[in-house]
Amino acid sequence: MNAPLPSPSAAPVPAQPCIDSRFTVPGMRCAGCIGKVERGLALVPGVAAARVNFSAKRVAVSHVPELTDDAIIEELGKLGFEAERAAQNPLGGDDAEARRLLRALAVAGFAMMNIMLLSVAVWSGADTVTREMFHWISALIAIPAIAYAGRPFFASALMALRYRRTNMDVPISIGVLLATGMSLYETVTGGAHAYFDGAVMLLFFLLAGRVLDAMMRSRARSGIAALLGRMGRGAHVVQDDGTALYVEAERLAPGMVVLVAAGEALAADGEVIEGRTTVDSSMLTGESDPRPAGPGDLIHAGMVNLGNPVRMKVTAAAQDTALADIARLMDEAGQSRSRYVRIADKASRIYAPAVHSLAFLSFCGWMLAGAGVHHSLTVAAAVLIITCPCALGLAVPAAQVVAAGALMRRGLLIKDGSALERLAEVDEVLLDKTGTLTLGEPRPADLAALDDAARSVALALAQGSRHPLSRGLARALRDAATVPATLDDLAETAGSGMSGTWEGMPVALLRPETETAGLAVDLLVDGERTRIGFVDPLRPDAEAAITQLRAMALNPSIASGDRPESVALTARRLGLFATSSMRPADKLALLERRSDAGHRVLMVGDGLNDGPALAGAHVSIAPGSASDVSQQAADAVFIGERLMPVALAVRAARATMRVVRENFVMAIGYNILAVPLAILGYVTPLIAAVAMSASSLLVVGNSLRLVRAAGREENS
Amino acid sequence: MSILAFLIPVALLMGLAGLVGFFWAMRTGQFEDIDGAANRILIDEEGEA
Repeated sequence: MNAPLPSPSAAPVPAQPCIDSRFTVPGMRCAGCIGKVERGLALVPGVAAARVNFSAKRVAVSHVPELTDDAIIEELGKLGFEAERAAQNPLGGDDAEARRLLRALAVAGFAMMNIMLLSVAVWSGADTVTREMFHWISALIAIPAIAYAGRPFFASALMALRYRRTNMDVPISIGVLLATGMSLYETVTGGAHAYFDGAVMLLFFLLAGRVLDAMMRSRARSGIAALLGRMGRGAHVVQDDGTALYVEAERLAPGMVVLVAAGEALAADGEVIEGRTTVDSSMLTGESDPRPAGPGDLIHAGMVNLGNPVRMKVTAAAQDTALADIARLMDEAGQSRSRYVRIADKASRIYAPAVHSLAFLSFCGWMLAGAGVHHSLTVAAAVLIITCPCALGLAVPAAQVVAAGALMRRGLLIKDGSALERLAEVDEVLLDKTGTLTLGEPRPADLAALDDAARSVALALAQGSRHPLSRGLARALRDAATVPATLDDLAETAGSGMSGTWEGMPVALLRPETETAGLAVDLLVDGERTRIGFVDPLRPDAEAAITQLRAMALNPSIASGDRPESVALTARRLGLFATSSMRPADKLALLERRSDAGHRVLMVGDGLNDGPALAGAHVSIAPGSASDVSQQAADAVFIGERLMPVALAVRAARATMRVVRENFVMAIGYNILAVPLAILGYVTPLIAAVAMSASSLLVVGNSLRLVRAAGREENS
Repeated sequence: MSILAFLIPVALLMGLAGLVGFFWAMRTGQFEDIDGAANRILIDEEGEA
């Protein structure tokens, strides 16, 4: 299955032990990319093997220790892919959880099928010795399977009971254990009714719900993990001998001198000691205009160096940076959210006591009627089995997984089901400006000054560089269906620009020599100079998305850290109420005022300065271009240039809650029909099995209607 | 009825084989990169070289 790995003579497989490094390569989109990356890396001397994980957009490279990560990133760059170091085993815990549940589901499924095979024989009239033998075989399969597959429920129920609370898992555990115990007793005494099939089937359906829930979480998180890693994870520290060594952000210390390349994000606070540049602080403060920085100026972690490479002396690192203050605010803000109670738990608070008292009452009732302990216990077990929240356990996750899948196809990754529940309750939206309503990336203000030839030359030059201005220019030109020209001698001069030769003429994309008001580059074609100015434009569908939000009575408004003048411009264009010059703590305070007034606020923001607000809001969404911190704090992340996924998310969340409520009604309706039968003692294992599967199928079928929850307007 | 002594172990063994197969697939990472496997079939074996 591997793309063939050519083994050129230049790269003999090294004899010394190899080390493995992992890189995130978000640009891989097709089979060709997989082949290109794997073959291209295999040709690099020192690389033993490269294996792409396409779903996670990662590549694992096995290489000799001498080959640095930077060299590999550079090789990937030459192949045409932007790459970043992947964080070590990001969010691995979720994956392990999903796998454990999946194994339990497999065991429950195996046991269920085999026991059902035997049960069908018993139901269709096998008796005496055959029935007893089948019961014994069922017991032998069921008991180990229940012990293994039931662990997630038993553990959670025990935990809840230890804290003197109850959750959905308590009635499940009691029901399963009681049914198993009763069936074992029946088997030993040669009785007619064994509920092994019911107990195992119950576990199977409930585990299916849990697996769906866990898979939704891990799928969204691996999508988000692939986006992470663009922020400064480390820096190139200048050694005594003048060479640069990559050091992780946590190991940076004050006094070190670091080299900050153009386009790189800062990993520590510091003072510029050499070079002049412009820095983009929009992530940190929300300010949209880059500001100049020269020797003596302080620059902070989280800012991006837009201009020239500079040397910076670290003044504060790791826990002491301005960033870390924001992180502390976030920690405090995030605590309010952990108090949110999920709808399934809310339901079980009423449901569990009701079910338990019903079962207990039917036991007492039959005892009073003189039916004997054995018969009364059988009835009580039947009541527990039939009321066990099989459909209830599926009602919520099935609907949420289908809706999350639909939203994912529209570019919105939801981290978990509770986010969908909270999204449905939202009645106000607070939007950040820079990077949220706007793209947060410089784009050429006007391409009209360039003719077709100039455009294709500009694209050929721009796509060779990772500088933010080059990337913005390349993107805009590609969107305008420009075909890149073929250039010779393409070269990048750090801090100056790109140059090359086109049909014998020298061409270049250069930093303007004269000071300009905003960001700009000069395109040189055979000595002729054209200036291209840059702005941070609104997202293409911002107005439409705002209209949608208003139509849902969500009352959107802007909360920005930018200067009042530039905020007012955007606010007027979108017709929104706006507050400007807000510090991170101000945004959080504004949120608290709104929530004290009884509103449930959706916060949409990208910058580090939005982090506390994202963590403190009732629910929050961040764009895929946001800082790592913001993406981790937010409940959902939307990818791409469009803002519409935010409006779609709210709409889909509301549709989901509607379906969840329908599912609950169905599950309760089924109980109303089945419970009287159980109490009267008419429920046999056959009826229990049929009722359980029928209600579960109904709930899953109803949830599947959400497939179109976010997809009705594909052509908009 | 003696056919049961043969059929039941067969059914159980087949079920177990499926279960073991699934565990094996999970442990060896067959589900790690589902989209990648779908795409890899399109890679040209000869390559550009």
